[in-house]
Amino acid sequence: MTVAIPSPPRTALHRLRWAVVDGWTITRRDLIHWARQPVQVVVGLLFPIMVVLMFGYLFGGGMSVPGGGNYREFLMPGMFAMTVLFGIEGTYTAIATDVSRGVTDRFRSMPMAGSAVVVGRSTADMLNAVLGLVVMVACGLLVGWRWHGTVGAALAGFGLLLLLRFALLWLGIYLGLLLRNPEAVVAMQILVWPVLFLSNALVSPETMPGWLGMVAEGNPLSATVSATRELFGNPGWEGDSWLRQHALAMALGWPVLLIGIFLPLSVRRYRRLDR
Amino acid sequence: MSDPDLAVRAEGLRKRYGDKLALAGLDLTVPAGTVHGLLGPNGAGKTTAVRILGTLLRFDAGRAEVAGFDVARQADQVRLRIGLVGQHAAVDEILSGRQNLAMFGRLYHLPSAVADRRADELLARFGLADTGGKPVGQYSGGMRRRLDLAAGLILAPPVLFLDEPTTGLDPRSRNEVWTAVRALVSAGTTVLLTTQYLEEADQLADQISVIDDGRIVAEGTPDGLKSLLGRDRIDVVLHRADDLPAAAALLGRVTGGPAELDQDNRRVSAPVRDRMAALTEVVRGLDDRGITAEDIALRRPTLDEVFLHLTGTGAGTGTGTDPGAGTDPGVGAGVPTPDPNEREVAL
Ligand SMILES: Nc1ncnc2c1ncn2[C@@H]1O[C@H](COP(=O)(O)OP(=O)(O)OP(=O)(O)O)[C@@H](O)[C@H]1O
Ligand SMILES: [Mg+2]
Repeated sequence: MTVAIPSPPRTALHRLRWAVVDGWTITRRDLIHWARQPVQVVVGLLFPIMVVLMFGYLFGGGMSVPGGGNYREFLMPGMFAMTVLFGIEGTYTAIATDVSRGVTDRFRSMPMAGSAVVVGRSTADMLNAVLGLVVMVACGLLVGWRWHGTVGAALAGFGLLLLLRFALLWLGIYLGLLLRNPEAVVAMQILVWPVLFLSNALVSPETMPGWLGMVAEGNPLSATVSATRELFGNPGWEGDSWLRQHALAMALGWPVLLIGIFLPLSVRRYRRLDR
Repeated sequence: MSDPDLAVRAEGLRKRYGDKLALAGLDLTVPAGTVHGLLGPNGAGKTTAVRILGTLLRFDAGRAEVAGFDVARQADQVRLRIGLVGQHAAVDEILSGRQNLAMFGRLYHLPSAVADRRADELLARFGLADTGGKPVGQYSGGMRRRLDLAAGLILAPPVLFLDEPTTGLDPRSRNEVWTAVRALVSAGTTVLLTTQYLEEADQLADQISVIDDGRIVAEGTPDGLKSLLGRDRIDVVLHRADDLPAAAALLGRVTGGPAELDQDNRRVSAPVRDRMAALTEVVRGLDDRGITAEDIALRRPTLDEVFLHLTGTGAGTGTGTDPGAGTDPGVGAGVPTPDPNEREVAL
């Protein structure tokens, strides 16, 4: 069998078509990964549920919610943000594995759209994030969490969570291209915990010693958690601090800032692979 | 300046990594339809050259054309006409072999049905039809290498770059890769292959360029290079060091040249012209004199010796023999046959 050599795209439209088709091919590849490793996917989805049960029931009794209210109602927005935060591990591993194995180089030696790797990766990861949130919402509903505002506000809350995921995606891509070592994900698995603990996801920063509380308040994760608590009408978001008063703006600003930094850095890094 | 009869044309390629000059003005021309071997030790610049020609790496000076297109300015056109098989198998470990090939086919913009058909065809051709459904993570190194090669052939590219295609393969897998390469070449593909093994270049290449420290130090046909590099040698390791002078005299008489003595290893060696006749005579002569040999071997010059000869310096650290690969044929440039029994005659 002989295969005809396709011609490279000439028009902008043709180029766009390549970008979409190639991006989708890469996304499909990740979907096949899930299908071939169902256990890993299920474990990835169950792990946050375990954390919910651990904090909601095991430690939850000893937790106080500022301004009163149910701890699990307080906890769930933090847990949503946690799944979003942990998603960075998957992005990092996928990118670093491809670079270290030479798969990225193979892609680069092929006549495919240069954007496909990143577009495909982010589509797959965002799908994964949506799936993770759906599972967590189901889990939340089972443990007594509800949203009390409008559907629109709730959707805005999930929108903010996905925005943070998208921002972390670029951080993950950048680190993957930079470190090129899939094993280094172990470091990431350890480092996400302090980021989680030093936020308002599990406990209110007011209960922390002075400067730790300040760090926790300033944590980008806290901004998203506060804003989603507000949007979902869950307890614990009110506060006098400037950051609390502007939680929504911060929940938009932080991710936009992260994207503004790490998207160009990633693109540059990807281009630099040919140095 | 593009010449349709040249598959690869590189002039004065220079590439610097920090203060390491990886390519120091490399010139290379490969006529279409031929196999060109780029032979060199670790760090010579082979991978760098292939990555530049395969559009993966920018270079600092010089120019390069592949299949008539400029590597730097017409990368897309080049990419449609090359297959690049890197030094390490670059395939997805979680996907099956078939899924890998189908994915790469789609990324070459083949219609899905064609990509699938092509995947099956290539799996069959590389003896992977039965294991095509298994995840690549379960493949052996040789199977992975063959899949990698297959992925480089999806478009039946006019020009194929193979970076050390058989390093780390056992003799059988190596033979399979060689057979595949020969089949491609007979179908008209031009192949540029890098290797650390003189033997491999000898087996496959029409022309060989020896590369060291980022420049070509010798070029020619395999036969031409071999005569340039010196003849085969016979090595005899003795049981008793006392026998060394007698054995050296014998080797000198049989080969007509001076024998070299290595006291520490109780070894004598000398260059030979007629391999088998010399071997027989030496064995008989040792027997007549009652000298016990621990090992007698005929061997080609090792890559180390090649470089000693060509550059006046050793090949540096690591040299041609690859200690990492358990399947290295003993010496970097073994005798050109994968059959180990023919390689050495041990008594
Ligand atoms: N990314 C890099 N950064 C810095 N130096 C590099 C890089 N890649 C290669 N080099 C250096 O450039 C030189 C040529 O390397 P290259 O990989 O081309 O050698 P090679 O002939 O393929 O060797 P091998 O047989 O080990 O594969 C070496 O000295 C190497 O250390
Ligand atoms: Mg190399």
